Amino acid sequence: MRMRRLKAIAVKEFVQIWRDPRSLMIALLMPFTQMFLLGYGVTLDLKHIPVCTFDREASQNSQALLKHFQASQYFAIVRNVVTYPALVDAIDRADCKIAIVIPPDFSERLNDSGSAPVQAILDATDDNSANIAFGYALSVVSGYSGEVVLDALSRQGRELQQILPMTVQSRVWFNEDLESRNFIIPGVVAVIMALVGAQLTSLTISREWERGTMELLISTPVKPSELMIGKLLPYLAIGWIDAAFCLILAALWFQVPFRGTIFTLFITTTLFLIVVLGIGYLLSVLIRSQIGASQIALLVTMLPATLLSGYVFPIDQMPKVVQDITYLVYARYYVTIVKAIFLKGSDIPALATPILFLLVYAVAVMVLAARSFHKRLD
Amino acid sequence: MTDPGHATRTGNDDQVIADGLVKRFGDFVAVDHVSFRIARGEIMGFLGPNGAGKSTIIRILCGLLRPSGGRAIVAGIDVARDPEAVRNHIGYMSQKFSLYRDLTVDENLRFFGGIYSVPRAELARRIRFAVGMAGLAGREDALVGTLAGGWQQRLALGCAVLHRPPILFLDEPTSGVEPASRRRFWDLIHSLASEGVTVLVSTHYMDEAEYCHRAALINHGRLIAIGSPAKLKESALGGELLVVESDALGATLAALQDAPDVRDCSVFGNSLHVLVGDAAKSLTALPEFLAAKNLRPRRVARIAASLEDVFVQLIAADAASRKAAA
Repeated sequence: MRMRRLKAIAVKEFVQIWRDPRSLMIALLMPFTQMFLLGYGVTLDLKHIPVCTFDREASQNSQALLKHFQASQYFAIVRNVVTYPALVDAIDRADCKIAIVIPPDFSERLNDSGSAPVQAILDATDDNSANIAFGYALSVVSGYSGEVVLDALSRQGRELQQILPMTVQSRVWFNEDLESRNFIIPGVVAVIMALVGAQLTSLTISREWERGTMELLISTPVKPSELMIGKLLPYLAIGWIDAAFCLILAALWFQVPFRGTIFTLFITTTLFLIVVLGIGYLLSVLIRSQIGASQIALLVTMLPATLLSGYVFPIDQMPKVVQDITYLVYARYYVTIVKAIFLKGSDIPALATPILFLLVYAVAVMVLAARSFHKRLD
Repeated sequence: MTDPGHATRTGNDDQVIADGLVKRFGDFVAVDHVSFRIARGEIMGFLGPNGAGKSTIIRILCGLLRPSGGRAIVAGIDVARDPEAVRNHIGYMSQKFSLYRDLTVDENLRFFGGIYSVPRAELARRIRFAVGMAGLAGREDALVGTLAGGWQQRLALGCAVLHRPPILFLDEPTSGVEPASRRRFWDLIHSLASEGVTVLVSTHYMDEAEYCHRAALINHGRLIAIGSPAKLKESALGGELLVVESDALGATLAALQDAPDVRDCSVFGNSLHVLVGDAAKSLTALPEFLAAKNLRPRRVARIAASLEDVFVQLIAADAASRKAAA
């Protein structure tokens, strides 16, 4: 490997990128816009779930319970109906996700037996949010029911402490507010860089073939490894800028707590960039048309990075076979790393395993790309 | 310009040797047992129609294509065995323009200077030489894509000689270049050759063969004639040439097919070129023959054969022999 040739390639590539401001703008703006799209588009928090109420008693007690629903940030009462058909209609039209029905003998039962059922009707076409809504409804009802118990007890003049059963005092670490955004946004950064990185380099070799400059280039003493590294260097610079954009947006705009060090982030991001740029370069070597290379790059990075990287769909909840496949998805390692650096403040030793996987990936991709490039026309 | 007759050949000074080269693409034979040698400082012209196999041979010699058979030795190195070793000894201009159009003249030269690791101390001087040679002094910062064809080609030659290769492969360097520029380009090739650079240059402009020390005619992947322009004219034609100008070109052409002593007859622009055994006799015999058929040519005169005549003749003969063989 000769530095002279490597530098000549890098300088040439850089000037070419610089002379093509349209592509440069796309390269720099794409992650910016994607960050906003995915950052705002993906959230697992259910808030203001539309509720339809059917209060068949209309008593003080029943209204007190419904007030609790109204007060909860998880629910928004969108309609109060007075017949069952109206309720069914509201669910059919998807005006509400959950309907709360309070029976006509609610207060009576509460006073007599001390226990009164409340009906919850759920639209489970989206089972995940139905489950979550049901969970929230349970906690609202049990909150109210606790108040009723306390109220009854205090009227009987008994000590509260004796009655309260065991409780779990849970303390949530790393993402104290359980904001799904906090763990999704760092993953979004990883997904975006996986997509953008491969796109950046996917055209670099095919462009030389299509413009006819490759024939002359391969008649010179340049080595495949020099060509590869020389071409990747300017894109690494763009990758750094893109990654910095995304990470700064994550920390400052989306307010994801950043607890790690810039150093750890820089080292791991560079490693990840080498992998994704290398993948794009490899595709560019294998596919000689610009359109083909860029389409394939999109295909092979988009689906694995979004579905199998664990950035929003937890890997440990996938079937075993799919879990095994995710080891091939380089984005998953960076998702793990960025989340850990942001939320846990992990350092390099703590991240040794995913870093090692990325390192193996980087070496494999580089060797494969350099080997796949032949200085021949046939 | 060097004397075209200087093509003296000393075997061990041959810079390029093709020995029974064959290249097949599937069933298609692009190069069919081609052998030739090019001596140091010699300008060898490759002539032939498009698709004849000229580019394929040059690409094999550059190590860009693997020969299916035969051997190619460039600068004493077997190209198929060690293509990388050949790269430093050659300069190459591909048929399709292959400098970076979005880079300036200077940036392109610096790029190839770096790729060939031209010593830094010498680079500035060599770049100045290349810029001067291309006639681009003062336009070093112009984007190459904005240059006219002739300048682009001369710059491509400048890039190809920047590392002072002893051997140059130029694949149709003058195609698409206006005649005045073409002439200048050939002057450059001659000055390089006079410094000892071996040049293999292909062209489909038949007249350019006159600029070569030797020319090889390639048709359907086979080398059908090779020699100095003078020798080619002498031997290949097998007769003397007359020009016949007539208003009734078609009828005259048809009539001449049966005329005595006429070996071949073909249309050249708005006149006919007639190959005869004895020009002196035919000068009087042909007008008489035509007059008997009521054809009165405006002019019948003897002309010196151009290489184009020679090649038309040779390609026709080659086609006939191929047909006979088939």
